[in-house]
Amino acid sequence: MHACADAAETTEPNWPDDIFATLQRFDVRQVPYVPDAGHSKLIERVLGSSTMRGIPLTTEEEGVALLAGAWTGGQRGVLLMQSSGVGNCINMLSLIPVLRFPFLTLVTMRGEWGEFNPWQVPMGSTTQGVFELSGVKVLRASNAAEVPAVLEAAAAQAYNALTPTAVLLSQRLIGAKVFTK
Amino acid sequence: MSKANLLDRRQVVSTLLADRKDVVAIGGLGASTNDICAAGDHARNFYLWGGMGGAAMIGLGLALAQPTLPVLVITGDGEMLMGMGSLATIGLQKPSNLSIVVLDNEAYGETGGQTSHTSAAADLVDIARACGIKDSRAISTMAEVEAFAKAVHDVSAGPRFANVKIDSASLERILPTRDGTYIVNRIRGDLGFQPI
Repeated sequence: MHACADAAETTEPNWPDDIFATLQRFDVRQVPYVPDAGHSKLIERVLGSSTMRGIPLTTEEEGVALLAGAWTGGQRGVLLMQSSGVGNCINMLSLIPVLRFPFLTLVTMRGEWGEFNPWQVPMGSTTQGVFELSGVKVLRASNAAEVPAVLEAAAAQAYNALTPTAVLLSQRLIGAKVFTK
Repeated sequence: MSKANLLDRRQVVSTLLADRKDVVAIGGLGASTNDICAAGDHARNFYLWGGMGGAAMIGLGLALAQPTLPVLVITGDGEMLMGMGSLATIGLQKPSNLSIVVLDNEAYGETGGQTSHTSAAADLVDIARACGIKDSRAISTMAEVEAFAKAVHDVSAGPRFANVKIDSASLERILPTRDGTYIVNRIRGDLGFQPI
């Protein structure tokens, strides 16, 4: 029997603050999410923000449709999810090229770099492929230092050029979830 | 299946939209999107030809972006069942300007009329209420439809939900435009937004 506990952070990571600052600069207003440990600090910042609205979802595909409605009503959004949630979105991703709204999603990766749980591996391994087959460009951040530049590029191409974009926040960046006995 | 008090879907939708003023109307994948078109094409009609299960969430995104604008989602029972979790998401956000109407013929009319879950078990009115949408109505008369159509314009008292039992007649298809980019940009233009 394994008890599960997240790794103790010795220092608070700053990269979620970098992401928040970029989203603020691009005037992102609606932030639908399915919670993930890797997104927890960013979600806290969003829920504490006066300009952004954090919107908890029951399943990730809701967020794709929500962003279509938000854009129709004049607002930008970003979808936060874990790699497992990408599979839940597939059919709804078809709205993006048909309706042509700005689509940016930030995906915390599981099933790679030091993964303990085999059940995370299949979807984690196909996350990038699923996006690419669905017409979503993929950028990746593997360490904290590259987060600001990757986010800047992703937000710019998503909102300025309507290039559907996913940023994969790698498990190496987030830290593999630790399961202790 | 024959039941009393089954309403005509086209009459229901044309009544909902008769005095629409600034309403943005979103039609779910299936016959409901045709019904909205049959009531008269409009710059603020959002016709869905895909993304099954997404109509209510498109409504939520629009309602949150434009909180003073009445947003009306008109969809079918099959489309709503596929996006049932979105009722919980909407119940949590409580957008006061969002209204959802389900045209419930208890069947998947577009695919051969197979019965849906609402024919025997699922009660969408109770589901919506249990998700936190307090104003959740079962509608069986045109007078109730007219009352709901008026309520849609009160953007301070939603969200509201109505399930309307309709007959299962298969009507002539009135097909709206299926150019999604045109549909979105036409609504945006009508709301005063410029192209990128």
